Amino acid sequence: MENTINTQVRADSESQLSPNSELLLQLKDVSVSYSPDKKAVQDVSADIFSHTVTAIMGPSGCGKSTLLRAINRMHELYPNIKTEGEILLKGENVLDMNPMKVRRMAGMVFQRPNPFPTMSIYDNVLAGYSLNNIKLNKQEKDEIVETTLRGVALWDEVKDSMTKKGSFLSGGQQQRLCIARALALKPELLLMDEPTSALDPISTNRIEELILDLKRQYTIVIVTHNMSQAARISDNSMFMYLGELVEYDSTKKMFTKPKEKRTEDYLTGAFG
Amino acid sequence: MKDKLFKYLLFGACCLILLLSGGIIYALVSSSVEVFSHFGFFNFIQSTEWDSQNQKFGALPFIAGTMLTSLLALLFCIPFAFSIALFNGEYFRGTKIAAVVSSIVDLLAGIPSIVFGLWGFYVLRPVMVDLGINAQGFGVLLSSIVLAIMIIPYASSLSTEFISVVPNELKEAAYSLGATNLEVIRTVSIPFAGSGIFASFILALGRALGETMAVTMLIGNTNNIPKNLADTGNTMASIIANQFGEASGLKLSSLIAMGLLLFVLTAIINLIAKYIMKLVNK
Amino acid sequence: MCDSIFRHIGILRHRHIKKLMSSTIQYRRAKDRIFLGVVCVLSSLTMIPLFLILWELLKKGYKQINLSLFTEVAPSSMDAMLARISNEPIPGGILNGLSGTVLMLCMAIVMSIPVGILSGIYLAEHKDSKFSGAVRSLTDLLQGVPSIVVGVVVYAWVVRPMHSYSAFAGSVSLAIMMLPMIIRSTEESMKMVPGTLKEAGLALGASYSTIILRILVPAAFGGLFTGSLLAICRVMGETAPLLLTALGASSVNLNVTEPTSAIPLLIWEFYNDPNLANLIWTTSLLLLVFVLVINIIAKNIAKKWKIQ
Repeated sequence: MENTINTQVRADSESQLSPNSELLLQLKDVSVSYSPDKKAVQDVSADIFSHTVTAIMGPSGCGKSTLLRAINRMHELYPNIKTEGEILLKGENVLDMNPMKVRRMAGMVFQRPNPFPTMSIYDNVLAGYSLNNIKLNKQEKDEIVETTLRGVALWDEVKDSMTKKGSFLSGGQQQRLCIARALALKPELLLMDEPTSALDPISTNRIEELILDLKRQYTIVIVTHNMSQAARISDNSMFMYLGELVEYDSTKKMFTKPKEKRTEDYLTGAFG
Repeated sequence: MKDKLFKYLLFGACCLILLLSGGIIYALVSSSVEVFSHFGFFNFIQSTEWDSQNQKFGALPFIAGTMLTSLLALLFCIPFAFSIALFNGEYFRGTKIAAVVSSIVDLLAGIPSIVFGLWGFYVLRPVMVDLGINAQGFGVLLSSIVLAIMIIPYASSLSTEFISVVPNELKEAAYSLGATNLEVIRTVSIPFAGSGIFASFILALGRALGETMAVTMLIGNTNNIPKNLADTGNTMASIIANQFGEASGLKLSSLIAMGLLLFVLTAIINLIAKYIMKLVNK
Repeated sequence: MCDSIFRHIGILRHRHIKKLMSSTIQYRRAKDRIFLGVVCVLSSLTMIPLFLILWELLKKGYKQINLSLFTEVAPSSMDAMLARISNEPIPGGILNGLSGTVLMLCMAIVMSIPVGILSGIYLAEHKDSKFSGAVRSLTDLLQGVPSIVVGVVVYAWVVRPMHSYSAFAGSVSLAIMMLPMIIRSTEESMKMVPGTLKEAGLALGASYSTIILRILVPAAFGGLFTGSLLAICRVMGETAPLLLTALGASSVNLNVTEPTSAIPLLIWEFYNDPNLANLIWTTSLLLLVFVLVINIIAKNIAKKWKIQ
C-alpha cells in the first residue's frame, strides 16, 4: 500500500515536476529514527531537480527538518539518530560519501542566523574555506567575498564595515550573511531550515526575493511552516505528515488541486 | 585521522583526571596503612596521645579541634552569609549596589589564608586579650572568627544564586496577597531555595575543615582536646603544617594518615552538599 | 433572623478589616523594616574585614616599598636585627620569593591548563555519558581536597622519591589545585556557546577538531581565559602545600629540582622570625595587590567577552 503511493508520487514527479532541468537529488526510501522503535521520517522517496525551489511543508513535528538534515548528514552529530535508505546527490549516495564532502556540496542555512561571533563579516563569508584549510590569496578572497555578498544583496550595506563582527548586523542582514557563508563554497544544493522564522516581515520579504533570485544558479530545498511562503517562492512542494511524505507535486497544482485529503485539510487550515 | 587523534587527546586528558584522583587516594592510603596496622584504626582515631618520645600517636584531639573550630566558624558565618545572600539575591537583586557588594565579597575570597592569619594574629588577637578571653589571645574562638570571615564568601555566593532563581511569579503571588518583603522571604523564598542554601553552607563547612595557614597561626598549637572556646588546640590541618617538616618514621606516617582522615572528612562533606544540590536542580 | 445574620457578617467583616488595617499591619511593616535593617547592617559588616586588612597592610607595609624589594633576596635574621637596632629600614627584598613564585606558577600553568581545558572540552562535548559523570564527580572531589592534603600527596609522590624538596614538587601541587577550577570553568563556558554554531561549522564541511578549535574555543575564549586567571590567582597565595613541597630557599633558585622560595613562603618565614617582622607587611601587601589586581582583571575580561 505504502509502496504504491510512493511510486505514484515519483511517477508524478517525473512527468510534471520539472520540464526542463536535470535530476540533482534523489531520495529513495529515506527513513530517520531517533530510537529503534520510533521513526521520525518514514520511507520518503522523491526526486529534486536542479534550479528549482522545493518547499517542504507540514505541521510541526512532522519530520520536515529531520528529512532536510538527513540530506547533509547533520544527524551524525547525535549518535542515536539513524538514517536509512539512499540519498543520491548527482547520482552518488550521500550516506557512503565522506561527510565533509557532502556538506561542502550541500550548504545549509539555519532557523536562527548564526554568524560566527568571533569572526569579522569578511571572515564569516570565507569561513567555509578557512575551516577546511583551503588556502586562498588575498585577491581570490576579496573576489569571493565581493561576488558572494553581492549575490545575497548585502555588499552595499556592509562593504565599509568588513572588519566588524557579524553579530553587529541586524537579524535579516545576519541571515543573508549566513546564506553568503553557505554560498561561498559554491554548493550544488542549498538547504534552508525555516530561514525566516526568526525574522521580521520586511527581512523575510528580502530573503524570499533573494531565494527567487538564487534559483537561477542554485537548487534550493527549503523547510517552511508558512504555507503562503511556500506558495510565493517554491516551484514544487512536499507535504509531510507524521513522518510520511503525503504528497509531492508542483506547488501550483498542490495549492489548487491537492490529490490527498490530508493535504487539502492542512492547506485549508483544518489542522496544523 | 586528525579528528581521531584530537578525540583521543580529549579522552586522554579526562583519563588523567581519573589517574590523578586514584593516585591521590593511593598515595594517602599506602602511607597510612603502617599507622593503622600499628595502632589499629579505631585506636588511632580515639587516642588522645601525641607523644614523639614514646612514638605514640592518636588523632582525637585534632579531629575534635577541627570539628570544633569549623562548626563554630559555620555558626558565626551563617547570619552574615545569609544576609549577603538576601541583600544580593532578594532585596537588591540586579542593582549596582548588589554588584559592588558581591565583588567586594569575591575579593574577600581572594585574600590568601596566610594574610588572614597575619591579620588575625596582629589585629584580632590583641582584641581577644583586651576582652580577657585568655592571656595570649590564641585559641579556638580566635581561629573560628577568622575562619568564619574566610568562608563567608563561599557560603554567600552560592546561596545568592539559589535565592535569586526563586521564580518571580511565586513571589508576586505572595505580594499580591499583601505579604511584606519579610513574609515573602519566609514563606516563598526560603522554602524554595532552602535546600540549596543549606548545601552552600555545607560546602563552606568543607572549606573550613581544610583551611590550614590561618588556623595554624591562631589556634595556639597545643595537642589537647579544647575544653572551651577560650582553650587552645590544634586542627588536623595545622598539626600537619606544623610538624610535617621535622617528622620522620611513624610520626610522618601518622601525619599522612591524618591527611587521609581529613581528605575523607572533606570528601564526605562535599559529597553531601553536591548530593543535595543535585536533588535541588532536578 | 436573616437580617441578624447579615448584620453579624457585616460586623465580622468590619472587625476583620479593622484588624488588617490597624495594629497588625503596622507591626508587620515594622518587623519587615527591622529585618531589612538587620540584613543591611550584617551585609555591611561583612565588607569591613577586607578594608581593615587592606588598611593594616598599607599602614604597616608602605615603609619598606622600594626598588631593592624587587632586586635583592630576603635578608638574614642577623642583618635585619642590626638594622632594627640602628633604627634603619631592613635591607634586602623578596627577589627569591618573587622568582620562585613566578617559576612555580609558570610550571603549574604549563601542566594544568592544557589538561584542564582538554578535559573541560570533553565534558562539555559528552554531557550525558557515564564516563563524563565520573570525571565530573572526581573533579568536584579534587576541588574539595584541602590544600595541605595536596601538599602531603605531592610530598609522597615527588619529594620522597627525589629525596629533595623542589620547585618541581611545588608546581605539581599548585597544578593539582588549579586543575579542577580550570576544568569547571572550561566546561561551563563551552556549554554557553550556542549549539547552532557547531552545526553551522559542520554544515560547511569542517572537521570535528576544526570546529572545536576554530569556532567553539574562540567563542568561549573569554570564559577559558578568566577561569585560568582565577585559578592562578587562587594558588598564588597558597602556602600550606608549598611548605611540604618547595620548602623555601634563601637565594634565587631557578633549578627546578632544588628547594625554592615563594612569596607566601617568605611571609611564613618572616612571621616566624621576629627580626624580620617588618617585612611581613610589605610582602603581604604585594601579594594581596597581585591577587586582587589579577582578580579584577579576570572579572572584567569575563564581562567584556561575554557571548551575546
